[in-house]
Amino acid sequence: MDKPTYMLEFEKPIRDLTRQLEALHQLSIENNVDVSREIAAIEEKIEATKQQVYSRLTPWQRVQIARHPKRPYALDYIERIFTGFQEFHGDRCFRDDQSIIGGPAFLHGEAVMVIAQQKGRNTKENIRRNFGMPHPEGYRKAMRLMRMAEKFGLPVITLVDTPGAYPGIGAEERHVAEAIAVNLREMSALKTPIVTTIIGEGGSGGALGIAVADRVLILENAYYSVISPEGCAAILWKDRACAPRAAEAMKIDSANLRKFDIVEEIVPEPFGGAHNDPDTAAKNLGEAITRHLNEIRGLAPEALLTARYERFRRLGVFEEEQAAAAAMPVEETAEAPKGAG
Amino acid sequence: MSLFSKPKYSTVTVKKRDIPQGLWKKCPVSGEIIYVKELEENQNVVPRSGYHFPISAPERIAKLVDPDTWEEFDRGLKSVDALGFVDSKPYSERLEKYEKATGLNDAVACGVGRIHGIEVSLAVMDFRFAGGSMGSVVGEKITRAIERAIERKIPCIVFSASGGARMQEGILSLMQMAKTSAALAHLAEAKLPFISVLTNPTTGGVTASFAVLGDVILAEPGALIGFAGPRVIKETTQQELPEGFQSAEFLLEHGLIDQIVSRLEMRDRLRDILTALHVKRQKQPAEAAR
Repeated sequence: MDKPTYMLEFEKPIRDLTRQLEALHQLSIENNVDVSREIAAIEEKIEATKQQVYSRLTPWQRVQIARHPKRPYALDYIERIFTGFQEFHGDRCFRDDQSIIGGPAFLHGEAVMVIAQQKGRNTKENIRRNFGMPHPEGYRKAMRLMRMAEKFGLPVITLVDTPGAYPGIGAEERHVAEAIAVNLREMSALKTPIVTTIIGEGGSGGALGIAVADRVLILENAYYSVISPEGCAAILWKDRACAPRAAEAMKIDSANLRKFDIVEEIVPEPFGGAHNDPDTAAKNLGEAITRHLNEIRGLAPEALLTARYERFRRLGVFEEEQAAAAAMPVEETAEAPKGAG
Repeated sequence: MSLFSKPKYSTVTVKKRDIPQGLWKKCPVSGEIIYVKELEENQNVVPRSGYHFPISAPERIAKLVDPDTWEEFDRGLKSVDALGFVDSKPYSERLEKYEKATGLNDAVACGVGRIHGIEVSLAVMDFRFAGGSMGSVVGEKITRAIERAIERKIPCIVFSASGGARMQEGILSLMQMAKTSAALAHLAEAKLPFISVLTNPTTGGVTASFAVLGDVILAEPGALIGFAGPRVIKETTQQELPEGFQSAEFLLEHGLIDQIVSRLEMRDRLRDILTALHVKRQKQPAEAAR
């Protein structure tokens, strides 16, 4: 078993046991004593502890896995799922934002347009990738590539992994809000199939800016949220340390997102998180994307766009008093919102 | 937190106890003390300094549309606590409190009315209700206002005043950004004008969706408009923010909005814009044939 070099706080019990095991191994070698019974016992305990820790992760623990420094990033998936990815650069206006990458690639031999948010593995890379926090030009590059995909009939595959759009002076001056809003509007009417997957962090409007799709999938330990747990905690609890409670309260984990119909499918990750086995994680994701794409590929453009509009149109939970509804005769789909509605 | 720091040249100092509660207000720009009645008669705009105090949705609508032409829709839509959200207080309790304080069911009022005789679908946000935050109800009502404009072939006008998406409705709030923006794609296809008016403040998820998608974007003077809040930007970048950063004037200078319009002139300006883009435009061949 290869040893994970980085462990999260809640993985401490596993780490402690692993250390005990190493010490025992060392002991048996140095003193030439038979400790195989003890070793077997500890190994069993490690397995049991892992089961216990990973089989009921809290939303906050999943957030930590989604931000794990060893977690596979977009390019790790792109190279495993697609062939012949060619990166196209720039928004044709200001500069090339390296926190959003994109270009054509092949999925089982067929051309698709891949657009993804990319984080860096180390400090140097992270400066280049701006920690996966796009500027307006990133969203405008994404839209340029989506229009190209529409023009040439390529389905669009997007991979979301961002803490959020970058909150900076330049971003505001170049109107990041407009860049995101235009993407929301244009993606809703883009005449080509779109399949999105949240692979790590789905940080607010910065995530949604490339996530208005026919199908939205999410990896098991990824999260998708209106605001970061820390941001929510700072505002509502006046303390960023309350982030675990905010994560819980906002129901940002994959199971809850499925329940609210925000995503169509949860893509399973290898035990303990995608970083433990990127190949299997990529295989699962590739299969899910292919399956969903095949389901919508044959649809006529009008049917595709109607379904996409309806998909987002029905999202929302509210009450409607009867009297007011009667005064309003011309509404199309009488909303029967899921959940509490 | 005050949104605008007090100008340094202000010399008038008034002790709090000198101002009877609710009768007088102090202008944050000029420091002058104004009789509240006088202020209300002037749509909450300070007569001399031109400073715009916030205005409630009902008051704004009353001053904006022709008398007896306003028909409100979707008043029966009410927020529910879909997530069972509790911070220091349960969300449902907060909703009740806002309802009592404002007499509104949520942070936006929508309907159809006439502005100088031009029929429009109008949505007006009210910052007093949960900081004008957008949850399922706001998103649904704005979407319906847009769809109503399409059905009736009339322009759509939205006055924004919002701190952003409503955290207590979690991801459902985020989805309202996509929903409202998608509806605007349909409005654009129908070639009907969408005028977005940004008032103080317009930030976060509302800014990053319908508010900046106007064919024409207007702003009230001095309004704070942005995606990320100034404090967040300062903390993240560790940089001093430029003077007037994220003010309506700053946005105009950077080419992000069309005009800054005083509340007192808004009604006339909307008529002028709609006359050019909607009432007197040349019918396109396909339309004329109908």
